[in-house]
Amino acid sequence: MTTQQIFSPLPGIFYRKPAPDKPDYKNDGDVVAHSDTIGLIEVMKSFNEVKAGAAGKILRFLAENEEAVMAGQPIAEIDV
Amino acid sequence: MAIKKLLIANRGEIAVRINRAARELGIATVQVYSKADKDSLAVKLADESIDIGPPQASKSYLNQAAILAAAKTSGADAIHPGYGFLAENAEFAAAAEAAGLTFVGPTAQSIRLMGDKVAAREAAATAGVPTVPGSRGRLESAEAAFALVETTGFPVMIKAAAGGGGRGIRVARSAEEFNHLMPQAQAEALAAFGDGGLYVEKLIEGARHIEVQVLGDGHEVIHCFERECSLQRRRQKVWEEAPSPSLTPAIREKLCISAVALAKAVNYRGAGTLEYLYDDRTHEFYFLEMNTRIQVEHPVTEMVTGIDLVREMIRIAGGEPLRIRQDDVRVTGHSIEVRINAEDPTRNFMPNPGTVSALSIPGGDGVRFDSMLYQGYTVPPFYDSLLGKLIVHDKDRPSAIRKLARALAELGVEGLATTKPLHQALARDADVQAGRFHTAWLEPWLELHASTLATDQASPAARAAL
Repeated sequence: MTTQQIFSPLPGIFYRKPAPDKPDYKNDGDVVAHSDTIGLIEVMKSFNEVKAGAAGKILRFLAENEEAVMAGQPIAEIDV
Repeated sequence: MAIKKLLIANRGEIAVRINRAARELGIATVQVYSKADKDSLAVKLADESIDIGPPQASKSYLNQAAILAAAKTSGADAIHPGYGFLAENAEFAAAAEAAGLTFVGPTAQSIRLMGDKVAAREAAATAGVPTVPGSRGRLESAEAAFALVETTGFPVMIKAAAGGGGRGIRVARSAEEFNHLMPQAQAEALAAFGDGGLYVEKLIEGARHIEVQVLGDGHEVIHCFERECSLQRRRQKVWEEAPSPSLTPAIREKLCISAVALAKAVNYRGAGTLEYLYDDRTHEFYFLEMNTRIQVEHPVTEMVTGIDLVREMIRIAGGEPLRIRQDDVRVTGHSIEVRINAEDPTRNFMPNPGTVSALSIPGGDGVRFDSMLYQGYTVPPFYDSLLGKLIVHDKDRPSAIRKLARALAELGVEGLATTKPLHQALARDADVQAGRFHTAWLEPWLELHASTLATDQASPAARAAL
């Protein structure tokens, strides 16, 4: 088992849920597939999905819901 | 009471525009900004600036308490809301007035009335202004909706009463589709706006978007003629012009008089815009909605009438009566504005924030560039993609289009992709040159021409032109 980071592909606002009244896409400890969506990045009013990019187990999120993030900033740690 | 210090509760190019107008009137400026906008041109140009919170608009530019506190701290006596954010928020206008500040715009009551699409349609009908055939009020029951579409026929649009900016709109082309979409639309409106109120309108296919600029002081109202904004993508305007290439003088007169009648009926104060759909086959126009604020595309009206709309709205807010009589408003020549957005038109308009490594601004007579850019500026990803507006003015429409093409060739924004290639292609297009377009024209055109845009951007000639 090795630990990998999931990076934000874009600068913007990070959201952990698809809509304010919806549950989080993923929680700490969840098992994820390569193509699973783990959050959204809002860039200039357009929303872009962030994929896990690897199969494994999410250890923890490094960015909070509605946090401003930079491109390349780690947003979660995943055990693959 | 004349305004002495104006707080600008907005960002980007419009904050820069308001700052310039205020300075020209001898008014000091206070620019509020989010942490992401600390280095913005608006902050650099203002007399004072105040941090009102983190990058997220909900915590800064929409944070009413923070903005009112900044006004108090700085000793500002007025607030200009610009467009978007709090510009059409009646509660904010009322809160500003309650705090002893002048709100540069209409009364909270006018904002509330015109902000409710159903109430606005009713006000229009009462003032004798034609509206699109449809429900006169909100539809509370499915039965009422079905009875209505019997009279209007199809296609119809189902709209959320509390919606706006094209959100919450569905098109039904048959009774079957209508039955299917009504419950969906109601549920979505309730979830998105906290208000399940709907109304239904006949869809006028091939309609143009024409809007009338008005100025009022609470008693008198004048119009500053019309703008045509039919070139739209996803209901966002990309190219606007004045005068409209599609109106006859008689229709223009009728349209502008109707706008004044409605604005007068609500004792309108400040700058406002009445939006209409125009069917150029039947020569019928239909009132859509009123925007109770300055609009992005206001410069084309300024160019053809010589009236500085932003200065006028600030003067009116300061208590001056309207200084311009209707007879003095004349249109000279033709003006076109194109929106330079940080979007890549060759990659499906993907947003493209980044750093402006080099900037060449076009010049010459009748060329205006209203923007928030400077060389070395990093465009933040948190707000809309509008970087600036290139505006041209010339003696007639063909000359204005040629000037636009010339000015676009001079414009250089290096370091990020912009919508410049789109406008260059539009300026060359035979239909655009002939004024043959409508609100649903641009999207299919884009599907055909996306590949040409890609060539434009990569061509050595285009690069050398910079």
